[in-house]
Amino acid sequence: MPTAAQFLSQAFSGFAFGSLLALVSSGLTIIFGTLGFVNFAHGAMFMLGAYAAFVVLAHTHSFILALLAGAAVLLVVAVVLERGLIRFFYARPPEDQLLVTFGLSVMLVEGMRFFFGSDSQRVSPPAWGDGIVNFFGLFYYPLYRVEVIGIAAVFLLALYVLLYHTSLGLTVRAGIEDRLMVGLLGIDVRRMFLIVFAVGAIAAGVAGVIYAPMTAVIPDMGTPFLVEAFVVVVIGGLGSFGGAIVGGLVVGELLSLTTVFAPSYSQASIYAVMTLVLVMRPRGLFGAPGRV
Amino acid sequence: MSASVLSQRGGRWLPEIIVLLLLIALPFGFAAAFSSVDLLSRILLWGLFGIGFDLLFGYSGLLSFGQSAFYGTGGFITAYLLTSHVLSNVWLAIVAGVVAASLFSLVVGFLALRRVGLYFAMITLAFAQLSYFVENSPLAQWTGGENGLPGVTFPVIHLGPVYFAFSSSWRIYELIATLFFFGYVLARFIVCSPVGAVLSGIRQNANRTAALGHSVPGYKLSAFVLAAAYAGLAGALLGIFQNYMPPDAFSLDTSAQLVLQSVIGGVGTLLGPAIGAAVWLFLRSELQQIPGIGALWMFILGAIFVLLVTLLRKGLYGALIGLWRPAAERRSPQRAPPLQVARPRPAAPPIPRSAGSAAAAALEARAVSKGYGGIRAVTEVSLAVPAGEIYAVIGPNGAGKSTFLRLLSGEETPDAGRILLSGHDITGHGVTAVNRAGIAKSYQINQLFTDLTARQNLRIAALGRARGTLRLDVFRRADGIAAVEQSIAGLIDELGLADSADLPVATLAYGEKRRIELGLALATQPSVLLLDEPLAGLAPGERQEIIRLIRRLAEGRTIVLVEHDMDAVFALAARIMVMHEGGPLAEGTPAEIRRNPQVRRAYLGGVAAHVDA
Repeated sequence: MPTAAQFLSQAFSGFAFGSLLALVSSGLTIIFGTLGFVNFAHGAMFMLGAYAAFVVLAHTHSFILALLAGAAVLLVVAVVLERGLIRFFYARPPEDQLLVTFGLSVMLVEGMRFFFGSDSQRVSPPAWGDGIVNFFGLFYYPLYRVEVIGIAAVFLLALYVLLYHTSLGLTVRAGIEDRLMVGLLGIDVRRMFLIVFAVGAIAAGVAGVIYAPMTAVIPDMGTPFLVEAFVVVVIGGLGSFGGAIVGGLVVGELLSLTTVFAPSYSQASIYAVMTLVLVMRPRGLFGAPGRV
Repeated sequence: MSASVLSQRGGRWLPEIIVLLLLIALPFGFAAAFSSVDLLSRILLWGLFGIGFDLLFGYSGLLSFGQSAFYGTGGFITAYLLTSHVLSNVWLAIVAGVVAASLFSLVVGFLALRRVGLYFAMITLAFAQLSYFVENSPLAQWTGGENGLPGVTFPVIHLGPVYFAFSSSWRIYELIATLFFFGYVLARFIVCSPVGAVLSGIRQNANRTAALGHSVPGYKLSAFVLAAAYAGLAGALLGIFQNYMPPDAFSLDTSAQLVLQSVIGGVGTLLGPAIGAAVWLFLRSELQQIPGIGALWMFILGAIFVLLVTLLRKGLYGALIGLWRPAAERRSPQRAPPLQVARPRPAAPPIPRSAGSAAAAALEARAVSKGYGGIRAVTEVSLAVPAGEIYAVIGPNGAGKSTFLRLLSGEETPDAGRILLSGHDITGHGVTAVNRAGIAKSYQINQLFTDLTARQNLRIAALGRARGTLRLDVFRRADGIAAVEQSIAGLIDELGLADSADLPVATLAYGEKRRIELGLALATQPSVLLLDEPLAGLAPGERQEIIRLIRRLAEGRTIVLVEHDMDAVFALAARIMVMHEGGPLAEGTPAEIRRNPQVRRAYLGGVAAHVDA
């Protein structure tokens, strides 16, 4: 039987991981909600953010700079990909969109492997995140992981403000409801698509920067995150911002808490829950009826 | 399509013969070039895996990112049975692996096929991950976890004095090549069968396929299980081939590699996946040895993949066939004249089914209502159409006419009210069952299978009538059912499509497509025909043609017509219902409707401006 301290510590890990997962998934879900397609390269974009952190932190030790660099890299990548290729796929079947972003994902991963090799790179946490904290005398916890929750929350809040309290957000949400109508109202849908794609990509990149000090940075690191983000959006409801956050936290806690009780079923548990949601409520917890 | 071109030119069995000859000749080339046939065996393993995937994605349009689940299941069940000595007969172990993979796919398919497109791809992917993690840890004591299962034995044939062991590279090649060949032949049968025709219908327009009386969920699940059986067989052979079953058979990379290879080689071709596998394995082994760019082999593959997805859907196979096919054949055949007067057919019109009791109306709706959220689209609309009558529903745009027709056709279920066909309640039976019962609809916006010819379009429709909702008659040819071919020929004649029957629908003129649209509904031999604006978008000459056709069709059939062309409506209909804001405004003979002051105020008064809209 696990002790209360063990349990709390795992619950905390789940929260930290889940908040990052929520950030990645919200990027995925915003892109889907507006553009109508699932970005299979989302995991690779997350990975690009982690490498940006690795490069910047190796030279400057400034975490803020790393965040900015991660966002900037993803902005450039997103604009190039959207303008150069992805926009030609809006009118094509969903299978084609999936395939082309999957192909791009392979190219991004292999491109990074070419430059950085397959070896794992270590990124140290920023100076203000170095150390451990004692939680009520119950357990010790790495300081950075506590701060991760705060950083992810700040970015999720920023996304929320952008989506729900700006005129851009209003058109984006209107576009989720009725893409054609927004276009008919004279709003430049193409520009909106580009911005949304970039915002979604930046969310993945920023999550990658934040995650980098907690893990080994390798070219393939995005794949498990992508698959887990799929699980999150299926549970939360594809296209729902709130669903991505709740789903992210649920999946984070599931992964973390199951390791206390049944470690060998930890990974399998999230897929079991996903199956359950699909059977009981196919559109996900917060998904709008009639979509997809 | 390419395969059918081949078979037309060189006889039915040409593709099979070519593949057989290649399977015999190629290993000598590989043995000489790579000093082993193992590379070719590996290509064929992926090719076999890929044939199943191609049936699923290339032919049925279902993109699964989780085929590794079945590859791994087949492989590990076979490997476990052999290494644990539960079974000593390798053949039985292979069969057990295939059966296990198929059963697993039945469960996954049941859940995943409830959704389409993106959701389907993500759900299959998640199930593959689930199997990977279950294999890796909870089942590790049986599967070896991350170590896999070493020591998978090879099969032998032991019949009396005959003893033949598939133990060396060459023997294993012969085994894999034989199974690949049979797998290919079976897939060719399926593709050319009525099942293949229905699957291609599902790929191009699943809703229309369902409306033509085919069980779309049933066919999709069949394709899914079939693909899993191929995957299971390939997985079982992988363990035997390598003498070891690796856990990464279950990994996402396996599914991803399958998708990459198949698209690079060309989907919808059956052989494309094997070609893609050859490219993949060749690049990996050869490119890697070139210093400088060796590490980029996967990047280059990714780039080729993106390029092919963007530009060339039939992949490398399609490009090869394109080169090989003489230029003359590629030239599109002569365009048919856009309109042609159909010859009146001397033969009797198709006999309607289920005459029903004399008292019951052919089609009856009792106070049906339908709402979407807060909006009431149809409110308590009733009608009763006697057999053989043309009944028209008119009204301004947004009056609920099309929704009402969708309720009659079973595409949507009314919130309240009943629908009866010859006195039998068909409410809520769904579009497929309603079509089987004898109601067919032609759509306001053409719902055709645009990659296929007019004849193939009509065949998909007629096959439902001839074979029932779900039938896996894979050893019959789609064009080999005499009754079906006869009724299609009659329809082509009646619709005036004789000159364009064998051209792809996408290349035809709008008027011809409109007639095929009508033909699809007719080919299911309905007793009740629902026509949703059959004249929409047609030129005046073509309108007269269709009006004459509708009048002819009404002999022995009941027709419900929604149309904005008032001249046509008043000329054709025996009775007319006017709908307004979801409800019935008036009903009566054309003369009564014309006189009705309410109707004049709400609708007909302003109709002059809309007649040609």
